[in-house]
Amino acid sequence: MEQLVPTDHPGSLNKRRSGGSFAKKIAPYVLSLPAGVWLVLLFIVPLGSMLIMSLETCSPASGACVMTWHWGELPSIVNLYRGQFFTSLYFAALATLFDLIISFPIAYWIAFRGGRRKNFFLLMLLVPFFVSFVIRTIVWEFVLSNNGVVLHTLKHLHLMPQGFHVLGTGVAVVAGLAYNYLPFTALPLYVALERIDQRVLEAAYDLYASKRVGFMKVILPLTVPGIYAAFLLTFIPAFGDYVNQEILGGTANTMIGTVIQNEYTSAGDYAGGASLSLVLLAVSLVGIFLYARVLGSRTIEQYL
Amino acid sequence: MPDWGLEEHWQSDCNRLPSMSGRSETRSESRFGHARGSKANSSESADVRFEHITKRFGDAYAVADLNLEVHAGEFFSLLGPSGCGKTTSLRMLGGFEEPTEGRVLIGGEDVTDLPPYRRDVNTVFQTYALFPHLDVYQNVAFGLRRQGVDKSEIKRRVGEMLEMVDLPGFDRRQPAQLSGGQQQRVALARALVNQPKLLLLDEPMSALDAKLRRQMQVELKRIQSQVGITFIYVTHDQEEAMTMSDRLAVMWHGKIEGMGTPKDVYDNPTSEFVATFLGASNLLGGKIVRSEDNRTTVLTDSGVEITVPSERVPDLSMTSVKVGVRPEKIDLVPEGSERAPGHNILRGRVRVSTFTGVGNQYIVETESGVEVTVYAQNIGTQFAPRSGDNVVLTWPEEHTFTVRPLVGNIEINELEGD
Repeated sequence: MEQLVPTDHPGSLNKRRSGGSFAKKIAPYVLSLPAGVWLVLLFIVPLGSMLIMSLETCSPASGACVMTWHWGELPSIVNLYRGQFFTSLYFAALATLFDLIISFPIAYWIAFRGGRRKNFFLLMLLVPFFVSFVIRTIVWEFVLSNNGVVLHTLKHLHLMPQGFHVLGTGVAVVAGLAYNYLPFTALPLYVALERIDQRVLEAAYDLYASKRVGFMKVILPLTVPGIYAAFLLTFIPAFGDYVNQEILGGTANTMIGTVIQNEYTSAGDYAGGASLSLVLLAVSLVGIFLYARVLGSRTIEQYL
Repeated sequence: MPDWGLEEHWQSDCNRLPSMSGRSETRSESRFGHARGSKANSSESADVRFEHITKRFGDAYAVADLNLEVHAGEFFSLLGPSGCGKTTSLRMLGGFEEPTEGRVLIGGEDVTDLPPYRRDVNTVFQTYALFPHLDVYQNVAFGLRRQGVDKSEIKRRVGEMLEMVDLPGFDRRQPAQLSGGQQQRVALARALVNQPKLLLLDEPMSALDAKLRRQMQVELKRIQSQVGITFIYVTHDQEEAMTMSDRLAVMWHGKIEGMGTPKDVYDNPTSEFVATFLGASNLLGGKIVRSEDNRTTVLTDSGVEITVPSERVPDLSMTSVKVGVRPEKIDLVPEGSERAPGHNILRGRVRVSTFTGVGNQYIVETESGVEVTVYAQNIGTQFAPRSGDNVVLTWPEEHTFTVRPLVGNIEINELEGD
């Protein structure tokens, strides 16, 4: 419907304000300057230097690198560490899956049954994670060690063969990853569940949906963006993680994060490390890109 | 407004009743293991009974010993300020709250313990509560899909329903792309497409602007009279309730303060709350002094005798009462006029005279200092006093009513409705 707007109405079109248009035009750029500088210094520059580094050839002895435009480095090193890539993929996927399975009921319970104490329960979920990442992982080492609380007790009770061990196996790494990244799964799920309007759920029950059908047809679809955000936030860091593998894993289950760390610190192969890092980065970018395409870019910032 | 073509649609569904009820019979047995609703009752709409319903939240009573009967096919409103228990009552009908005590019957069947999805009842929620992840078509089809209606039938019924609520071609729109009025129509279609025996509406127009609200009132009333099912409508807007309802109940503090046709409840309020909440009233405190020949005389605190027909006194044994008259029932006549037979009179002086276009509103201070409000229609022929003039207020005895004085206070925000 057309609305008549009086000329002196604030909504009327007038050209009086065009005088200050220059300041108006540049204001957004000036205001976004800090964020822009941040992005350039801490994202674009390292990214570029990593790209450049991956094309250089370094001498393992002196550590000096020379630009040689060696494009072959990337495919050859990826091929060399293919096994470690797959191990990482497998471990990260398992850890993410466990996290989703464990956090969904927790997030659901807090969001729907938490009542006034929601924030308290969320805090309880997060308290262990105020402790340093490395220390938490080392504590896991104690817990899972052969003489630790769990295995020692079970072996003492003869519920487990004496030679059984967890530490050094993939199980320990996946457990460590799942434990360490749990809040990154639980929080986006919580946000997604918490914003579901209870009345929408009531409408589903009103329209002949049982509790189960209401969950499948309303809660779950409305949680999909949160599930995907949880997946990205858990899977991507778990994929590149090396701390858990270093502390809890053994030599047979090296992850790509450990390889990259070694490339830089002990092997001195900067070009190889940079190439592998680029591959990791590409994986994350593809994930985020897919999210934006499928679920809309607007929903990303609500969860990430 | 478009031609709804509604009679025809609904009629055609009614003609298909045998096969349809056959379908729902199968559904009720296969899905729920017992017959639902009043299948024996061939009528499309159901009556509703609340028997001694009490609902407590902790120590607070939301609804206190409520008894209510809504007839099949009726447009019934629950009217009252926020927190009066009207929404809680509606939610107990929908199955979203369980009464602490008492029974709820729909179509003669006790549904007190049935979950919402086993009741032949659909609800239009205050916030519409459309499924944000589904488009308009899927929203409307949701209930039919849950009931296992086959695809072509769903398509036909959803199409007809969207036509009926004047949203043809909106099938693929997302709820977020719709205006408030359109969302409301979708919510209505989503509920009505299931052909429930009873439709519950929880303040469905509170989010609409005044103009759209009036338009929707007319449409809603028309839809109701055409589909013929029972509507229970919850609102805090007295004008809305009076415009649409066949009958209404005014609720306050979990109790029904007055119930009947809008005209009955308005013209003969039985409680001070109803007299104040529904329209405006002039109320004067007093005592019943005598009652004879079907006429009861009240001596007001200021010493004036007011006569009321005895059937307009809720309880003749009350000693202290308030006697009331609606502002538009009072005539202003020049000073010195005599009492006409069968009329009550008060004398006073005009304090404020306000021209409102359709009429004049006067505030008259009576001899005893009580202020009385008078509305006079702007028909150009009456006596039109100015501020400061002495006047006589007169009204027929049969327009007088008495109410039991209120225990406690009415909060100002309760009269504003929100």
